[in-house]
Amino acid sequence: MTATADHRPKSFIEAADDELTIFDRSRPGRRAFTAPALDVPERPLDELIPAELRRPEPARLPEVSEPEIVRHYNRLSKRNFDLDTGFYPLGSCTMKHNPKLHERVAALPGHARLHPLQRSESAQGALELMWRLQRALGEISGLPHVSLQPSAGSHGELAGVLLTRAYHEDRGEHRTKVLTPDTAHGTNPATVTMAGYELVKVGTDPNGNVDIEDLRAKAGEDVACLMLTNPSTLGLFEPQIEEIAKIVHRVGATLYYDGANLNAIMGICRPGDMGFDIVHFNLHKSFTQPHGGGGPGAGPIAVSERIEPFLPRPQVVREVRDGTDYYALDEDRPKSIGRLRGFQGNYGVFVRSYAYIRSLGAPGLREVSEVAVLNANYLLARLRQEGVLEHLPAAYERLCMHEFVLSGAPMKRELGIKTLDLAKRLLDHGVHPPTVYFPLLVEEALLVEPTETETRETLDRFAVLVAEILREASEDPEIARGAPYSTPVRRLDEAGAARRPVLRQAL
Amino acid sequence: MLATIGVSSVDDLFADVPSGLRLEGPLALEDGLSEQEVLAELQELAARNVSAEDEVSFLGAGMYDTYVPALVDAIISRSEFLTPYTPYQPEVSQGGLQAMFEYQTAISELTGLPVSNASVYEGPSALAAAGYLAKLHNGRRRFVVSGGVHPHAIEALSTLARGWGMEVEVLGVPLSTGSADDGLTDLTRLPPGTLDADVSAVVVAQPNFFGAVERLDSIVSAAHAVGALVICSADPISLGLLQAPGAQGVDIVVGEGQTLGNRLDFGGPSFGFFAVTDELTRRLPGRIAGQTHDLDGKLGYVLTLQTREQHIRREKATSNICTAQALNALAGIVYLSWLGRQGLVELAELLARRTAYARDRLAAIPGVSLPHAQPVVREFAITVDGGRLDDVIALCKQAGINPGHRVDRDTLLVAITERRTRTQIDRLAGCIEEVLA
Repeated sequence: MTATADHRPKSFIEAADDELTIFDRSRPGRRAFTAPALDVPERPLDELIPAELRRPEPARLPEVSEPEIVRHYNRLSKRNFDLDTGFYPLGSCTMKHNPKLHERVAALPGHARLHPLQRSESAQGALELMWRLQRALGEISGLPHVSLQPSAGSHGELAGVLLTRAYHEDRGEHRTKVLTPDTAHGTNPATVTMAGYELVKVGTDPNGNVDIEDLRAKAGEDVACLMLTNPSTLGLFEPQIEEIAKIVHRVGATLYYDGANLNAIMGICRPGDMGFDIVHFNLHKSFTQPHGGGGPGAGPIAVSERIEPFLPRPQVVREVRDGTDYYALDEDRPKSIGRLRGFQGNYGVFVRSYAYIRSLGAPGLREVSEVAVLNANYLLARLRQEGVLEHLPAAYERLCMHEFVLSGAPMKRELGIKTLDLAKRLLDHGVHPPTVYFPLLVEEALLVEPTETETRETLDRFAVLVAEILREASEDPEIARGAPYSTPVRRLDEAGAARRPVLRQAL
Repeated sequence: MLATIGVSSVDDLFADVPSGLRLEGPLALEDGLSEQEVLAELQELAARNVSAEDEVSFLGAGMYDTYVPALVDAIISRSEFLTPYTPYQPEVSQGGLQAMFEYQTAISELTGLPVSNASVYEGPSALAAAGYLAKLHNGRRRFVVSGGVHPHAIEALSTLARGWGMEVEVLGVPLSTGSADDGLTDLTRLPPGTLDADVSAVVVAQPNFFGAVERLDSIVSAAHAVGALVICSADPISLGLLQAPGAQGVDIVVGEGQTLGNRLDFGGPSFGFFAVTDELTRRLPGRIAGQTHDLDGKLGYVLTLQTREQHIRREKATSNICTAQALNALAGIVYLSWLGRQGLVELAELLARRTAYARDRLAAIPGVSLPHAQPVVREFAITVDGGRLDDVIALCKQAGINPGHRVDRDTLLVAITERRTRTQIDRLAGCIEEVLA
């Protein structure tokens, strides 16, 4: 069977669909908006803003009615796969369930309709929530001083490396290099460059750990920081983390914790206790802010005592005024690296993450990590039982943490399908594929993170499904190579899109 | 499950964690709560805030109490938009990708520049990211920044520029000097030799922080004369009425997108928009959606120009951005579709007329003056003489009014949104009259 679009009957949803954009639906004079009545004198515009400063023609926005907008975006939504619909084991992204309560509490007018510049006295509830979240994140990380300001993980990384720079410069030291393992997320090296440092890569040993000898050789007095993800992007905990911290601290460098994989260790162990100086959190991963198709997120940072003076402005602080607690924004931080963005950060995200931490409490958070690690190891074991690992071996034969890496290299050689083909064939079975081709270290990598919110039945089904796809490929690899077939579009010409970019609609 | 794995306890799964690092007891956090208890606690916290429903707010200065139509909430709360990740698998992400493409088209129209990305975090950090683009583009060592740029944006740029070893020179905007140029960025006021071939970019805002509509054409020609780029942070609703900065020669237009269908949320999440000339396309930060075709020739969309990005280019990437603000940008395109071509103009005109009414009304009060008389769209500054601004703020508070953002001892920035009626403006004027009488 080599399926093509010809064999495929249109589904009910597809039959109702077309390829039109909202701009294609535009017809002159149609509209949804009615302006509030003009209740002030109708002065000629020329008196208010001279004609030469005004736009000669209105911007060509769509002219559409409300029902058309609703139908258009509802149809578009049906062309998306989402976490609320199916299994989404996207490694390193922590696609855990987003509790519906969080949307309700974030929408309360007392949270949603607060202006960021309103007086602190009229935002005591919000500031207290931020303060409590700071405290909770400080406790979870073992690093007591928290800034909620960064907007996402990569923004937190940038804050962290700039903090490192400020720390060293305050001591009169001008260091030039930042170390990252070769398994690091791409955001780490990109951040190093953006913060004005030179990147030096540290190797990985045969067991998937940081190559300690390579680290020793590269950790010189010119090194400002080592950025580390632990568990690593290979889903492995660094058993020599204490030794790594010693090596880094011996040369006066800071140790930075990329919190992308925090979901594995909450309540089990803490970056601060491991010797890290700076941590960023991804509230949209470990603390379940919905990913929104690529944001919003939030990337708070927690730091040790020696880094604290340099934290971004402003900081939420608790004072005692007239015998009661008062929460204020402290702008007076002379050694601060300054602001990274406007206002106080993504408060709407803080509300959701705070609600999550309150729902779970200390025992619940620990259970999250235990079940996340249990689920990952169970899924790995089930894949082994199904014979999948014969063609897709685990990159490292040891227990994993909350995620694990398989290598599709033997599958490619023996069955003639690549990791990409397996991923695309999974789509035909209603499953979002794991992360593919990352980490770069592993050939034909498949990074699988089931998360704690999936049932055993879902994991079992996934293991059986992958085995079925491999069996199918052993009979006819063309099927996977041509997949997917059931999706709104089939494989797309990405090379062509980059070669001749069409980045907006011509109107 | 443990038997399948081949271990006897969950603890065994954590064997790689050195024993000295394992927590002996629970974290020092409170115990968990039921759903209704969490709701009650979050309601209680919310009740201790004064929201824009509880007072008449003239606060602006970067975020505005705008009306978010029900339509936006209905669409962005659909799980298909709310709960997926970044569209790494385009075959099952066509909805989000097409929405990005439509968003990019609308932002391109508004800014007058051909290329928009799919959004960045928010306004001030977008401006800082634009600075990084300029640095990558021409490798020069200084920024000249108008004092009319939002202070948070100047600070965000300065925070990053320190890491790049670049200087930020801020050119103050004259206020209350009695000159016809009060309120405007005037590059001729720079010390001699400041605007030279070392300047990477000249950075301005439209309208500026004090509400004034800048004359971008003269700024652009002075900057381009020394080969510097021009970065402009713009208010998107004002762009409904104002000349598109791109049409005036600006190279990079960024801005805060909150007013496009996003809630105040005490400062975020919202989104930043980011548009550039064709020449700068391959240095854009963040995600970009592009149109293409599938195997069957069917129209489709993908994330494109990914060789700019951190997950491909790593240390050579044009930015470290991974997670952006897709859901907030979706609210943006839904909102702009709701306003539509004529609606955006009508909204901006309504704001301009109400703002003119409010400005005239307040300026007519003895003891109130205007720091500048430039054209304004949605926000303006007043000066309250004799150190009486404290009293104005106190009396307004009693009357349930937040009169605006205090810039310094005597200066107040007053913002008008479509929620602020003539009656409310008159009440604000009444309070100020009462104090100054």
